Amino acid sequence: MANIVIRYGFLALLAGLIIFFAVAAPGFASPQSAVFIFQSVAITGILALGVTATLVVGGFDLSIGSVATSAMMAAAYAMVVMEQSAFVAVLFCLAIGAIVGLINGIIIVYMRVPDLLATLGMMFLLVGLQRIPTEGRSIAAGMTLPDGSTATGTFSEAFLSLGRHRFDFFLPNLVPVSVVVLLVLAVLIWFFLEFTRFGRMMYAVGSNEKAAELAGAPVKAYKIWAYVISGIFASIGGILLAARLGRGDIASGNNLLLDAVAAALIGFAVLGAAKPNAFGTAIGALFVGVLLQGLTMMNAPYYTQDFVKGAVLVVALVFTFALSSRTK
Amino acid sequence: MDAMFRIAGLEKSFGPIRVLNDVNLELHTGTVTVLMGANGAGKSTLVKIMSGVYPRGGGVMELAGQPYEPASPAEAIRAGVVTVHQNINDGVVATLDVATNLTMDRLSGKSAPLIFNPRRVRRDARAVADRLGLQVDLGASISDLSLADRQMVAIARAMAHEPKVMVLDEPTSSLSSAEANRLFSVIDRLRAHGVAILYISHRMSDIRRVADRIVALRDGVITGVFEEKPLDYEGAVNAMLGRQMGHAAVTVADATRKVFEANDLRIAPSARPFSLTLGDGEVVAITGLVGVGKTKLAETLFGVRRPLGGTMRLARQDYAPRTSADAIAAGVFLVAKDRAESGIVADFNLYKNMSLPFLPRLSLGSILRTRAERAIAREQIQSLGIVCRNERDRMQTLSGGNQQKVMVGRWLSQPSQLLILDEPFQGVDIAARRDIAAKLRASAPGRATLLFLTELDEALETADRILVMSEHTIVGEHRNANLDMDRLLAQVAGEDKDDRRGAA
Repeated sequence: MANIVIRYGFLALLAGLIIFFAVAAPGFASPQSAVFIFQSVAITGILALGVTATLVVGGFDLSIGSVATSAMMAAAYAMVVMEQSAFVAVLFCLAIGAIVGLINGIIIVYMRVPDLLATLGMMFLLVGLQRIPTEGRSIAAGMTLPDGSTATGTFSEAFLSLGRHRFDFFLPNLVPVSVVVLLVLAVLIWFFLEFTRFGRMMYAVGSNEKAAELAGAPVKAYKIWAYVISGIFASIGGILLAARLGRGDIASGNNLLLDAVAAALIGFAVLGAAKPNAFGTAIGALFVGVLLQGLTMMNAPYYTQDFVKGAVLVVALVFTFALSSRTK
Repeated sequence: MDAMFRIAGLEKSFGPIRVLNDVNLELHTGTVTVLMGANGAGKSTLVKIMSGVYPRGGGVMELAGQPYEPASPAEAIRAGVVTVHQNINDGVVATLDVATNLTMDRLSGKSAPLIFNPRRVRRDARAVADRLGLQVDLGASISDLSLADRQMVAIARAMAHEPKVMVLDEPTSSLSSAEANRLFSVIDRLRAHGVAILYISHRMSDIRRVADRIVALRDGVITGVFEEKPLDYEGAVNAMLGRQMGHAAVTVADATRKVFEANDLRIAPSARPFSLTLGDGEVVAITGLVGVGKTKLAETLFGVRRPLGGTMRLARQDYAPRTSADAIAAGVFLVAKDRAESGIVADFNLYKNMSLPFLPRLSLGSILRTRAERAIAREQIQSLGIVCRNERDRMQTLSGGNQQKVMVGRWLSQPSQLLILDEPFQGVDIAARRDIAAKLRASAPGRATLLFLTELDEALETADRILVMSEHTIVGEHRNANLDMDRLLAQVAGEDKDDRRGAA
C-alpha cells in the first residue's frame, strides 16, 4: 500500500489537480490552455532537464539561470550590435553554454571547489559579465550604444520565429516552438539517462563515485560532461527566452534558477524514484505549470505564485524522503 | 553463577518477517559469552535491542535481576549496558580530537559544567586511555587515525562507562593481530573485574582465544549453548550453520603457464623491491598485518596507483595500466576491499551492480542490452547461490554475505587473466565464505587468482601458495602444504624479513 502511494501518489495528485481545475475553472480543459501551460514551463523545464544531469552525477548547478540570461543577452548583442544572422547568434549562445559548463566542470573536478560554491561564483560572474558590453542597458533594435552611436542591427525574422512560430497540431497554429524543443530535449535526455551506458554510468558516479571509478568509469570526464550538458541546455533556454521577448532584457529571467531547481527536485517524488530523473523533472515542471495556470484561471492573485511553488516543493520532498525511507 | 543479564522469550519482527524467535540468553559476570551466527541470523538485531536502538517485540530482559527496558541508547549506557558497534565510525566523532572523544560522554552529561578546563579534559582522557593501554596522541584528530586506532578509541570510550555488561560486535574485523591481542588482554582485564561480556564474532581464532561459553544463533533461534570445557567449537559451528562443515579442499597444484609477472616492483618510497609470479589456475594469497601495503599492491596491479619502480608483464605482454579502465580492458579485475565504500552502488539493484564494469560489452552501440545484463546476473545468482528474490532486488535487502557474492559475481561474470580480491571475506559469514572460496577454486583454471587476506586462517583455507607481506614488500613465500608455520608467523610479525624462501 505504502509502495503504491509512493510510486503513483504524485501522478495521482497531478491527475486530481487537472480534473479539479477542469471542473472548477471553465476553459481550463481546452487545447489552448494545455498549450499555454506547456509554454509557460518550457524554458524552466529545459533548464531543469539540464540541472537534472548534474544532480545525477551527485553535483549541482546554480549557474543555469545566469547562463540562460547571458545567452539571451549574447543573442541580442550578436544580432543587434554585431549584425550577425540568426544562425550565428544561436551557435554563439550554444558555445557560451558549453564553455561555461566546461569551466564549471573543470573548477569542480580538477580544482576541487565544491559544486555549490563553484557554480554560485559562476552565477555572480555571469550576472555581472552580461551587463558589461552594454554598460548595464537592455539590448533592443535601435538602442544607443556606449559610444553614442545607434545600433543598426535587428533581431532577424528567423530568430524571432523561434519564439513566435506555432506548429499545426490538430488545430492550426497551436504548438509553439519552445514546447516542441522542450518535448524533444526531454525525450532525448530521458533516453540518454535511462537506456544508454553513459547515462547508467552517470548514475553510478552520483551514487558511489569510488565504486564507479573502480569499475573503470572515467569519473572526472562524466562529471565535466554533466556540467557541459547543463550549460548547453541553459543556453537553449536563453535562446528561446530572447526569441520570445525580442530583446535582450537584463531584468528578465530572475526566477529561472529557482523554478528549474524546484522542478528537478519535485521530480524526485515522481514514481517513487527518490533520485534525479528526466521523466520526473518534466512532470515536476508540468505540475507547477498546471497549478499556476489553474489558480490564475480561478483568479488567484499573482503574488501567491511563489508561495504555491514553495508549498508544492516541500510536499514533494516530504513525499520523496519521509515516505520512501519508511519502507526501507 | 548468577546471571547479570537475562533475556527470556525475546521476539522481534520487522513487518511480516520474524527476525528473532523465542531467544533465551544469559550473560554471567566475569564471563565472555561468544555469540556466533551467520550473516542474517539476527545478531545485529539482538545487539540493537540490547543497546536500546530497537524496542523489543516480546519477552523479557533483566539486568542484575531488575527489568531492563532501555528506550534509547543513552538509557542503555546509563543502565550499564555498553555496546561497541561493528561500524567503527559510529563509535567516534571524526572531526574531534582523541581526548575529546574519550571524554565525550562526560562532557555531554547532564551534570557537566558549562566551561571545561582543557587540561582536565586531557587528564581524564589520559586516564581512560591508560586503562586500555592506548598508544595514540591525545591531541590527534580522529580523522587522521587509522581505522584500527579509531576502533581502539571507540572501545576505550565504551570502557570509560564502567559497564556491567559489554557487547562487542565483531570488534576485531579491522584490527591487526597485535592490536587484536591488546584488545584480548583488555577483555581479560574486564573479565577479571566481573563484567559480563557478549562477544559477537564468527572468527574462529578470536573465539578460541576469548570464549568461556558459546551460543549459536541461526535464523533468529538459539540453536546451541556450549559451556562445558573443553568447548566444542566444531559443534558450535555446526549449530550456527545447521549443517556439517566440510573442510575446504585445497589441492596444491604446480602452476603451468605464467600469467602474470612483476619484476623489481616498488610500491612505497623506502620499500625493498620485490618480484611476483602468478600462474594459470593458481590461487595465491598474500597475507600480512593491517597497513603493510596489501591494498597498495592490489591498487598498483589494478592501475589505480602507479608503481614507483619495476615492470609488470601480463600474458607475455608489457602491462602498465594507467587507469582501472586499462586494467579491466587487459583482463585484470579487482574485487575491492570494503564493498560498501568501493564496490556497491547503493542506488542500483542487483543486476545493475553486477554489470557495471562491463557496460560497453553489454550494449549495442551505446544502448544498453538490459536483457543480456539480467541473464548474466541470473547466471551468477544461480552459480554462487545468492539468496534473493530475483535479479532486480535492491542491494540493501541482501545480507552481507550475499552482497559480497554479488561483488564477486560481478567480476566472475566475464573471463579475466588475473582476478584480484582484496579482503573478500570481510563481514562475510562462514557459509558464504566457503561458497565464494569454492567458486573461486572451481573457476580458477584459465586465469591467475590473487587474494589479499589479513586473516591467516582464511589464507590457509583457500590458497595454493601463501606470500607474506611486511613493510610494503614481500618477505616470504610458502606452498600451502606442510608449511613452516613458525617461520610464516615470524615473517608476518616482521621478524624474518631479509630472507626469501621458495622459488619465485
